[in-house]
Amino acid sequence: MAQRAGLAAGGKTGEIVAKELIDRFPEYVKITKVTHNRVFAMVDKVGLLNVAKFMKDALDFDHITAVSGVDWLEEKKMWAVYHITSYSNRVTAEMIVELPRDKPEVDSVTPLWGGANWHERETYDMFGIIFIGHPRLERILTPEGTDYFPYRKDFVGGRRV
Amino acid sequence: MDLSLAPNAIAMSAQEFLAWSKDVMDQLLTASGAKKAVDKITAPIWSWALRNANYPLHFGVACCALEMAAASGSRFDAERLGMIYRSSPRQTDVLLINGWVTAKLRPDLRRLYEQMAEPRWVVAMGECAISGGPWYDSYNVVQGVDTFIPVDIYIPGCPVRPEAMIDGFMKLHKKIHKEMKGTFLED
Repeated sequence: MAQRAGLAAGGKTGEIVAKELIDRFPEYVKITKVTHNRVFAMVDKVGLLNVAKFMKDALDFDHITAVSGVDWLEEKKMWAVYHITSYSNRVTAEMIVELPRDKPEVDSVTPLWGGANWHERETYDMFGIIFIGHPRLERILTPEGTDYFPYRKDFVGGRRV
Repeated sequence: MDLSLAPNAIAMSAQEFLAWSKDVMDQLLTASGAKKAVDKITAPIWSWALRNANYPLHFGVACCALEMAAASGSRFDAERLGMIYRSSPRQTDVLLINGWVTAKLRPDLRRLYEQMAEPRWVVAMGECAISGGPWYDSYNVVQGVDTFIPVDIYIPGCPVRPEAMIDGFMKLHKKIHKEMKGTFLED
C-alpha cells in the first residue's frame, strides 16, 4: 500500500485503533472488520458511553459524521449506527449498538460530540430510537405531534398528508 | 348606507367613525355607479401594469428553484417580462411554489400566502407542487399545494424548463388580462 501522505507522526491506523479498543473493553466491543482506515465494531449498549469517551479522549476521534438507525423487523431488534472519524489518524469507525425493538433506548453521545445533536434527533424522528441524556429530543423533520416513525419497517406508506 | 347615524358621528370612537364613513363612501360609490365607471376606466391600465410587473416571491423550495434562477439569468432573462423576485411577501404579487411542500412547511407557506397583498396569484411549478410528484405517497409530502391554497397556473415538468416557466407566466398574463380588474378590484 502506498504511503499515506500527511499522516501525523505517531498516527494510529485502523488496526492499532481496533487493538486498543479491544484491549481496553474486551467485554463491550466486538470488532467485525478492520482495514487501514476503517474500523467496524459492535458495541454493547451498556458500555457505549465509556467506549465513546475513550475514543474521544485517548484515540483522537474528534468528529461524529453520522448517527443513523436500522430496523430489523423480523429479528425484533434495532441498530443505532455511529460513524466517528478522527482527523489526525484518518480513521473512521463504524460503531453499531444493538437495541431491543420494543424498547430502543441508548445513551446519547451529544455531550461528547455536539455534532451528534441533530443526527440523534433525526434518528429519533425516523426510527423512534430514544437517546437518553439528549438535551432536546424532539421531532426535527416531521411536524410536532406526528405519531408514527416513518423509517420503521412496519410503517405503511400512502397516507394522505 | 345608514346616513341616519350621521348625527351620532361625533359620539363615535375613531374606529367606529372610520368604519362607518368608509361604509358610507363605499355604498355611495356603488349606488351612484361611480365605482363601476372608475373600475371600467382604470381596468386596462391596471391590467397592463399588473401584467408587466408581476413580482414573484423569491422562495426556492426545491430543485425547480434552480430553473427559476436560470430563468432570471441572462440567457432567458425573465426580468424583461416584469418578473423581478422580491424577498418579502408584502412586495409580491405571485407566489411561485417550486418544489415539494412538506407537512412541516405547509402552515408557513399558507402564512406567506396570506401575508401577500391583493391582488395575488399562485403558480404551482413542477410535478411536486402540482400533485406531490414522485413523493405522492410519502409520509411527509403534501399531495399538491392546491390542497391548501388556490392555484391559478400549473406548470408541469420535472423539473420545469425555464422556457416552460416563462410560458406559464405568459399564461398568467393572459389570465390577468382576462380578469380586467380596475382600481377597486371588483368586476
